[in-house]
Amino acid sequence: MGLKSKDLLGLKQLTADEIMEILETAKMMKMVLKGDNKKTSHLQGKSVVTLFYENSTRTRLSFELASKYMGSASANITTSGSSVAKGESLLDTARTIDSMGTDIIIMRHNQSGAPHFLAPRINASIVNAGDGMNEHPTQALLDMFTIYEKYGTLEGKKIAICGDCYHSRVVRSDAIGMTKLGAEVKIYGPKTMMPMGIEKLGCTVADSVADAVKDADAVMGLRVQLERQTKSLFPSVAEYSKYYAITPEMLALAKEGAILMHPGPCNHGVELPTAVYDCDQSVINEQVTNGVAVRMAVLYLLIARRYNL
Amino acid sequence: MRIVLENCSLYTGEKKDLYIDNGVFVEAFDKASADKTYDLTGKTVFPGLVDMHCHLREPGFEYRETILTGTMSAAKGGITSVCPMPNTKPVCDNAAVVNSILRKAEEAGYCRVYPIGACSKGLEGKELAEMGLMKEAGIVAVSDDGKPIKNAELLRKVLEYSSDFNIPVLDHCEVQCIAEGAMNESVTSSCIGIKGIPTAAEDIMISRDIIMSEYLNIPIHLCHVSTKGGVRMIREAKARGVKVTAETCPHYFTLTDESCENYDTNFKMNPPLRSPEDLAAVIEGLKDGTLDCIVTDHAPHHQDEKELEFSLANNGIVGFETSFALTYTYLVKPGHITLEKLVDLMCKNPSNILSLGRGGMEIGDDADIAVFDLENEFVFDKNKMLTKGKNTPYDGYKLYGETYLTIMGGNVTYEKLC
Repeated sequence: MGLKSKDLLGLKQLTADEIMEILETAKMMKMVLKGDNKKTSHLQGKSVVTLFYENSTRTRLSFELASKYMGSASANITTSGSSVAKGESLLDTARTIDSMGTDIIIMRHNQSGAPHFLAPRINASIVNAGDGMNEHPTQALLDMFTIYEKYGTLEGKKIAICGDCYHSRVVRSDAIGMTKLGAEVKIYGPKTMMPMGIEKLGCTVADSVADAVKDADAVMGLRVQLERQTKSLFPSVAEYSKYYAITPEMLALAKEGAILMHPGPCNHGVELPTAVYDCDQSVINEQVTNGVAVRMAVLYLLIARRYNL
Repeated sequence: MRIVLENCSLYTGEKKDLYIDNGVFVEAFDKASADKTYDLTGKTVFPGLVDMHCHLREPGFEYRETILTGTMSAAKGGITSVCPMPNTKPVCDNAAVVNSILRKAEEAGYCRVYPIGACSKGLEGKELAEMGLMKEAGIVAVSDDGKPIKNAELLRKVLEYSSDFNIPVLDHCEVQCIAEGAMNESVTSSCIGIKGIPTAAEDIMISRDIIMSEYLNIPIHLCHVSTKGGVRMIREAKARGVKVTAETCPHYFTLTDESCENYDTNFKMNPPLRSPEDLAAVIEGLKDGTLDCIVTDHAPHHQDEKELEFSLANNGIVGFETSFALTYTYLVKPGHITLEKLVDLMCKNPSNILSLGRGGMEIGDDADIAVFDLENEFVFDKNKMLTKGKNTPYDGYKLYGETYLTIMGGNVTYEKLC
């Protein structure tokens, strides 16, 4: 079957079948990852470059490890150490990377639509590793994989996502992807952090943390993106953590055995108390592992499409 | 130069031959003595169009457009009079810049160019610009277009001082502190993660401008109105006698914000494309006289300023070569307005607001005319535009109303090569 597009720009562009194929492939990749010999030949002789215009720990490292575990030649570019710092445009930078025989460019950019702008202009496949406030598709895929692993399906599962929805590319990708697989997604956050008409993505907007979390199978906290805050969106951390955080009391409203997720990095004591971050229901570290497996799957499927494998 | 235009069908339905001598319409003369004769069978003749809001970019941004290329482009759109905004470099905030623009326009010879001066020195919104001296040099209005006059105290001073010289004030309405986005705030902006510009940003400023104009009893003209709320407030203000006039642009009655969903920067301008409800309200406002003029807001940009990440790209689209065809195709053909109304919106009303004396086609009037083919569909091709800017969202559109001939002051400024 395979992927239809040369690029992975977002969950908007993927069908339910494509998402399932990525998740199934990720299952196999996770076995490799958990095995004694983390080396496959899926990307042997292929070239993968990460191009990051924003800081990142887990996304960049997990893409890099994913490509290395599968045997590709891989390299990394960040804005500070490259000609981007000399003012080279995104398009010229990408064309330069493209001209060096690169198969896949994994890019993160602070501008929504930056990967969509590049994709038709270069030969390499573009993987969106987060664009502004738009999408973060591999994060959503790893979130879905985590739920899929736990429950065997997303169909009919209730997912609560709480936090800064306005600036979050994770919530957009999650809402689109999870509802494509039949999940019910409820989101909640301060009105100052809730984009108008976001229900168009398939989710519903809850009235409170309690309303969102009640009977949920999975509960996810979103990071308050203090670095994206240009204006006052809430009065204080004290107030945010009182009215909008996922406290142990709130988590208790979810279904018994519900999983607790967070895309990381977490502001401890803001969106999640440390006690919740560390609780038995927390799968936050498992998400990180799954991130590598899902990214291996995505890279492999894109290479398979490029070379008709 | 003696020109005869044979078999003219005027936009009013009247049929006759037109005779031009020495730049003006004259009584019939011996056709054999004409330097040029055009048979306009099958075409429709209009007075030359007046575009009271555009950007010619010279001086300072000649890589985007020059007065020569801009006025050639306008002529191709059937426009014979243009009013360039003052956001040039240096800013058109003094008589020397006005004189330089007028000299370049004269040399070019493609349009009557009526410069608009700045309200404030350097468009900085602080001190009044030298309006009196600029008026003597030839400006027809003042505006800080591109930037709103943020400070209500300065707006008051601008209205009061300009009224001493009978200079109209044109204001770009936008409260910038809630407009730090790149497209209309909407479901689309939420879904594609682009910061939105709410209609409230425009509406709040329109309400302030109306209140100030009413309080001082001094006219004000509102630029490029794009919102339902704005149209409603202007309609109400006019009904109670406030001296407010307003304009809109073809993109606000032909496109909506959903066009931005693929991050194509040819759909990025300010004010941004709005919702289908706003679009419908703009058409209603044009029909019932709430909106007085259709202007282009022609804003050429270089490819390097447009082929970028959406939020980083410059605002604006070119408009001279599509404004008539879009208005005819989207407003006249579906029956929203008549050809007479189109002439009011694109010629007579702007001429009256700025006291330009354009639009006459009687004996003795300046011979400014535009001839369009209303019968045959054509495919608009951005690569055939004369403007330097190629930033149009209308490439490939099938339209009616291709320009056939433009004459300004008795000189042929555009002629379609068959």
